[in-house]
Amino acid sequence: MSSILRVGKRKQNWPETYQKGAEQAEDQRIRAFYEAGCPAPETPIGDVPLLALDFETTGLEAAQHSIVSIGLVPFTLSGIQLGQCWHQVVRPRLPLHKTSITIHGITHSEIENAPDLEEVLGPLFEHLTGRIPVVHYRNIERPFLNVALQNRVSERLSFPVIDTMEIEAQLHPKRNPSRWQQLLGKKPVSIRLADSRLRYGLPHYASHNALIDAIATAELLQAQILHHFSPDTPVSDLWV
Amino acid sequence: MQAELLDIRNHIVQHAPFDEMPEELLDRIVTGIEVVYYRAGTQVLELGQQNHWLHYIRSGAVEIFRRSGELYNRIGEGEIFGQFGLLRNQKVRFPAKAIEDCLIYKIPYETFQLLWENDENFADFVEIEDHSRLRTAVSRKHKSNELMSAKVTRLIARAPVSAPTTVRLQEAARIMTDNGVSALLLMDETGDSPRLKGIITDRDLRTRAVTNALPSETPISEIMSEGLITISARSYIFEAMLTMLHNNVHHLPVMEGHEVRGVIALSDIVKYESQSSLYLVSNIFHQNDIKGLRKISREVRDSFVRMVNEDANSHMIGSAIAGIGRSFSQRLLELGEEKLGPPPVPYCFMALGSMARDEQLVVTDQDNALVLDDSFIPEEHDEYFLALAKFVSDGLAECGYTYCTGDIMATNPKWRQPLCVWKNYFTDWIENPKAEALLNSNIFFDLDGIHGETDFAEQLKTLIVDKASSSQRFLTFLARNALNRTPPLGFFRTFVLEEDGKHQKTFNLKRRGTAPVSDLIRVHALACGSRSQNSFERLRDIGKTKLMLDDDTGNLRDALEFISIVRIRHQALAIEEGREPDNNVRPEDLSPFERSHLKDAFQIVSNAQKFLRFRYNAGGATRNV
Repeated sequence: MSSILRVGKRKQNWPETYQKGAEQAEDQRIRAFYEAGCPAPETPIGDVPLLALDFETTGLEAAQHSIVSIGLVPFTLSGIQLGQCWHQVVRPRLPLHKTSITIHGITHSEIENAPDLEEVLGPLFEHLTGRIPVVHYRNIERPFLNVALQNRVSERLSFPVIDTMEIEAQLHPKRNPSRWQQLLGKKPVSIRLADSRLRYGLPHYASHNALIDAIATAELLQAQILHHFSPDTPVSDLWV
Repeated sequence: MQAELLDIRNHIVQHAPFDEMPEELLDRIVTGIEVVYYRAGTQVLELGQQNHWLHYIRSGAVEIFRRSGELYNRIGEGEIFGQFGLLRNQKVRFPAKAIEDCLIYKIPYETFQLLWENDENFADFVEIEDHSRLRTAVSRKHKSNELMSAKVTRLIARAPVSAPTTVRLQEAARIMTDNGVSALLLMDETGDSPRLKGIITDRDLRTRAVTNALPSETPISEIMSEGLITISARSYIFEAMLTMLHNNVHHLPVMEGHEVRGVIALSDIVKYESQSSLYLVSNIFHQNDIKGLRKISREVRDSFVRMVNEDANSHMIGSAIAGIGRSFSQRLLELGEEKLGPPPVPYCFMALGSMARDEQLVVTDQDNALVLDDSFIPEEHDEYFLALAKFVSDGLAECGYTYCTGDIMATNPKWRQPLCVWKNYFTDWIENPKAEALLNSNIFFDLDGIHGETDFAEQLKTLIVDKASSSQRFLTFLARNALNRTPPLGFFRTFVLEEDGKHQKTFNLKRRGTAPVSDLIRVHALACGSRSQNSFERLRDIGKTKLMLDDDTGNLRDALEFISIVRIRHQALAIEEGREPDNNVRPEDLSPFERSHLKDAFQIVSNAQKFLRFRYNAGGATRNV
């Protein structure tokens, strides 16, 4: 299917960014990540190894809040391998507010016994390396990861992400009806993960944790590509 | 399994066959899953495509189709598909198409196998589903299948219309008109109960009566057809069609014993979609030389594969392929007679072995013999029959029926003899049994007259039935021979493998599978005086006596059917993949389903052999002669 959508911003030369990163990185894990390279912009999305990634955080501001758990699952357009998924609770450096505990369903004792993010950077990077992260709402995972890395290894990580929420936003540019339309009964179009999934006939998940949300995001991207793009769509049309 | 994946496990556990599964197996399922999204309208599984996954519908709906493209089933959330192919050769047997946007959990074959081996519920579910669904599928409107699965009685629309043989031509015509039938049965009413004597058809009235301007008072017995071809009420529709094509008749009385249940006409069958093997048979009779026959003989294998794909059972496939082989022989005999002139004395051409048993498959050689009239004088007549035998045998070889390595062919002077000599052969085999001689003559106890004076073959069958059941020594020797070949099952239920010509570890599904079964069934059949030749029919005859327990005959029938169908599928697969079909099966080529059931089947055969040894006192060499 030829697509009129282009979410991706072509200005950024990601392969070059990776090359430079590999030359400048001090941390071994970050260097390995860059050295694994980035697919050429014209690579069909169907050929790109992807990684659905979801963080649960204590809030929305990377500078003020912390990561509580990480869920990820590697996938491609032809399948999401549940056997390869990974879920990790980490201990936030900032105090955990009671309100967010109920949201995340993670108990205090779980968090108290959880390792610091630094201790799990190894497995996290193992999963990240060689894959393009897919997230729903790009202003969480990438900034939170960068703040965390800055605090722990004093380095940053530049990488493209595919944002399933951004794709929905572009599909529904006028999602907030005017007052007129509201009077006529038109409801706003929600581009939240659960609501977006409904539009593609994807099932509702009862529980919410970083892993289920990562899987939900991976499923959503498969559906979006098959409905609005094609497996031949260049990855650069999608990454941001 | 990660606790965070509980959502996925909780969905699966709500649906059969996963609802009673232990947690550790459920966890194995979840961690093996590959999730794939399909848009509505996407073909999920294509016919014949390799598929190594069991498909579980997490959301959406899928339509399952038959090979013919006919809708077979519509399934939704929590249901599975793709198991049919996984149970066999991991090729898609039922194509599937998403009719809604679908999220599918694909469960890999290794997990499927693990579940199948460790969870009885699961195994039962996928197998029983397989069987019952296949059965409902077979009995659906699918027409070519109905030919194979429906009995002729279904075509009988009315009670038979008949008249005594004593009626006159005009009266007969009036009865036919009044009743609106195209054929009138004529009954001999001189005995206690009326017996079917002849038939007269519309066509007969036109060609025999009107054309010759016969007076209306002509007795009907002067123009009716006698020596009627009939069919048993137990026959399948496809058998009726084969019979019509064989004999070039358009009406078949359907018999229940001596009683006529009705008449079916070719037009009744033609209303059903025609099946390829039947076209093939009619095509055989339209060929005028060996070249033409050889050309269409290439279609035999296609026809075979098609029947396998139509889920025909082994009895149907065996009969159809034997019917095709018989037709080749018959047409060759007709062509031979055209070439050599009419035979100097009457003769009967006999098929032996698998063709006579209606158990022929595509890898087969020719086994045949000539029974000549007793007025046969070798010096005067044998030149003709040798030429005829050679013509047929060479022709069959051209058509893919290789020469018999044991030289059991009508070209061998020993097997081209007058009826009286044949009677002596059988009398000698039965009354003075010798192990070795019997080993080579086993095949003659499966015989069928297929051309000419078929009554000669019937006389031989009568002789066998009369003598065999009362000759204990004969049965003992026959049983001993039947025990020479054992099923390939080791002590711990492992397959006993042999090295085949290609240095592969295999077991031979004919030599150590179907042959031992038909051998032991033959012994029981001869012991109980059965005239049947087909193993399933012989089992039915045996079942009517108290010779074996009902359960045992039933088990043996199932075992033979299962071994046969695995063998048949093995050959069909080879043909589809462009390889030469054979009987050598590697255990790893079988699905876990087939492996396990094959072992059960072999166990049944092994037990049946033990019973045979005991029943006919065939153990050891203590009574050697």
